Amino acid sequence: MTTSTTAKTMESTPVHEKKKMIETVNLTKSFGGHTAVSAVSLTIFEKELKSIIGPNGAGKTTFFNLLSGQMKPTSGEIFFQGKEIQHLPPHKRTKLGIGRSFQITNVFPTLTVLENVRLAVQAKYNIHYSMFRHFKHYKHLEEEAYESLEKVKLADKAGQLASNLAHGEKRKLEISILLALDTKLLLLDEPTAGMSIDEVPQIIEVIEEIRDQRDRTIILIEHKIDLVKHLSDSIAVLFHGKQLADGSPTEIMNNEQVQSAYLGGLYNDAED
Amino acid sequence: MKTTTKVTAYTNPSSGLNPLRIITWQKGAWIVCCLMLFAVPLLITKNSYLFLLTNIFIWSVFAMSYNLLLGFTGIISFGHAMFFGIGAYSLALTARHVPGGEVGFILAILATVVICFVLSLIVGLLSLRLRDTFYALITLAVATIFVIIAEQWRSMTMGNDGFNFTASLSRDLFGFINLLDRRHVYYIALIFLIGMFLLLKRFIDSPVGRTLQAIRDNEARAASLGYAVLNYKLISNILAGVMAGLAGVVYAISIRFVSPDSVLGVENTIDVLLMTVIGGVGTLLGPIIGAAVVEVSSHYLMGLANIHPIFERWVILFGVVFILIILFFPAGIVGTIKQKFLSKKKGVSS
Repeated sequence: MTTSTTAKTMESTPVHEKKKMIETVNLTKSFGGHTAVSAVSLTIFEKELKSIIGPNGAGKTTFFNLLSGQMKPTSGEIFFQGKEIQHLPPHKRTKLGIGRSFQITNVFPTLTVLENVRLAVQAKYNIHYSMFRHFKHYKHLEEEAYESLEKVKLADKAGQLASNLAHGEKRKLEISILLALDTKLLLLDEPTAGMSIDEVPQIIEVIEEIRDQRDRTIILIEHKIDLVKHLSDSIAVLFHGKQLADGSPTEIMNNEQVQSAYLGGLYNDAED
Repeated sequence: MKTTTKVTAYTNPSSGLNPLRIITWQKGAWIVCCLMLFAVPLLITKNSYLFLLTNIFIWSVFAMSYNLLLGFTGIISFGHAMFFGIGAYSLALTARHVPGGEVGFILAILATVVICFVLSLIVGLLSLRLRDTFYALITLAVATIFVIIAEQWRSMTMGNDGFNFTASLSRDLFGFINLLDRRHVYYIALIFLIGMFLLLKRFIDSPVGRTLQAIRDNEARAASLGYAVLNYKLISNILAGVMAGLAGVVYAISIRFVSPDSVLGVENTIDVLLMTVIGGVGTLLGPIIGAAVVEVSSHYLMGLANIHPIFERWVILFGVVFILIILFFPAGIVGTIKQKFLSKKKGVSS
């Protein structure tokens, strides 16, 4: 019964027509006199992987904070599947289907690795206000959390306290938590930052896997352009808070402005 | 099938020993402890010891409720005694004004639960959405209002002097409880402590309890997982408030006297804060150990005054005890032992 209805809706939506997942309109965030994000209008379509690149201080993370609700925009709108969301607090956006990972490691230090992920699974299943039932009663939550840890090759550390993990492992845990949340939209903030060289390919592989399943949308922040070149369907470039370019990876690679931003004088400006 | 084998594979090595055996050993120890406590009144006939133990039990519950806020939610309250005081005054006033032991007793409990529920909800709504420092200040302010009411409403509360209601306590509550018999009160307090301990243990291990600990660790991250942080803090606040209120009811039965200082004052909040810190913040057993240490040491230090007048200032000596404990047990008695035990186990396994 359910399968037939899904099949019907699939048919009724033409394959070539791309639906908007999230869209920003003139999104702006100022801190006092400094404008971190300036009138950014980006559209991310369903099931695509979009990278947002830019040198340090370009406003990438601030842009993410606006999308996920950690910050409220100074002006502009955000539409998630056509619904205006810029006034919603973070937890409501997560429930709508926006999950994010953080650039600075942001886990629960005094809880075990497994518990960190289990809490995400618990949130996903909406087990929110069960007060007098033992958490072990929800065995499937633990199993699912464990599977999510296996994806990032962290399962052998499940019983350890998160604070005892090495930096790269904490980054993996961060991603594992996000995967466990199982949201339609994944916001990944520099997932490979601070990882050792042999750990980076593992994470790239995980991201590629999710992309190839083609059932969710990914926005990826990076400042290393080489890393996202092959990974992304499209790339947007932020520079000094402004949107410098937006297009396919080849377009971006051949864009003169982008080249000068990364290689020429503009990049040096951003450094000071 | 594949996942089940893996799940068991990781639980076993992390615990080191066969988990089933540890559980039965621990449960056995718990049961023996409880049985010993139940046997105490048969062995000890001296009322002062029973009184001391009874008060330890009651303060344990009070401290446990405080630990729910401080240790498991990560919020600090300076007005927790208002709930304790409300419970104590509810029992005292109904004992004095409502004839018929049972009606008054049930009324006192109902009034305590309702008032503490509503009050903690309102205080929480007012302050918990702001930063934690505001919660500390607002609880202090509201608690002070209750102290002032108890002091000023002399016709009802007898003001600062408080009042004794020994004469109006029931001797045959529900036909078999004599509230003037220290042994009966001892059993009430003991059963109350065990009940509240089990309730809290279950709560801490429930999905809500687990979420609270996540909020304590990293509030912003918990919110970004989709948890409505304010609601969880409210739940914790309400449970802590009602628990403290009920502890107040039992305390009033035990000391048969209420005054603003003895049950409502800020010193009472500081006392449970001390008990929680001494025993171990964020541990279930900590507040009980803390309450025992504080009650026993103050009992004996107070007794020293008979030896030499210098010991009239026993609070200074108590300060020394407190400093020594924090020096040797920086995470509280239970907390530090737990840390030592965990690091030892880790050393063996690796």
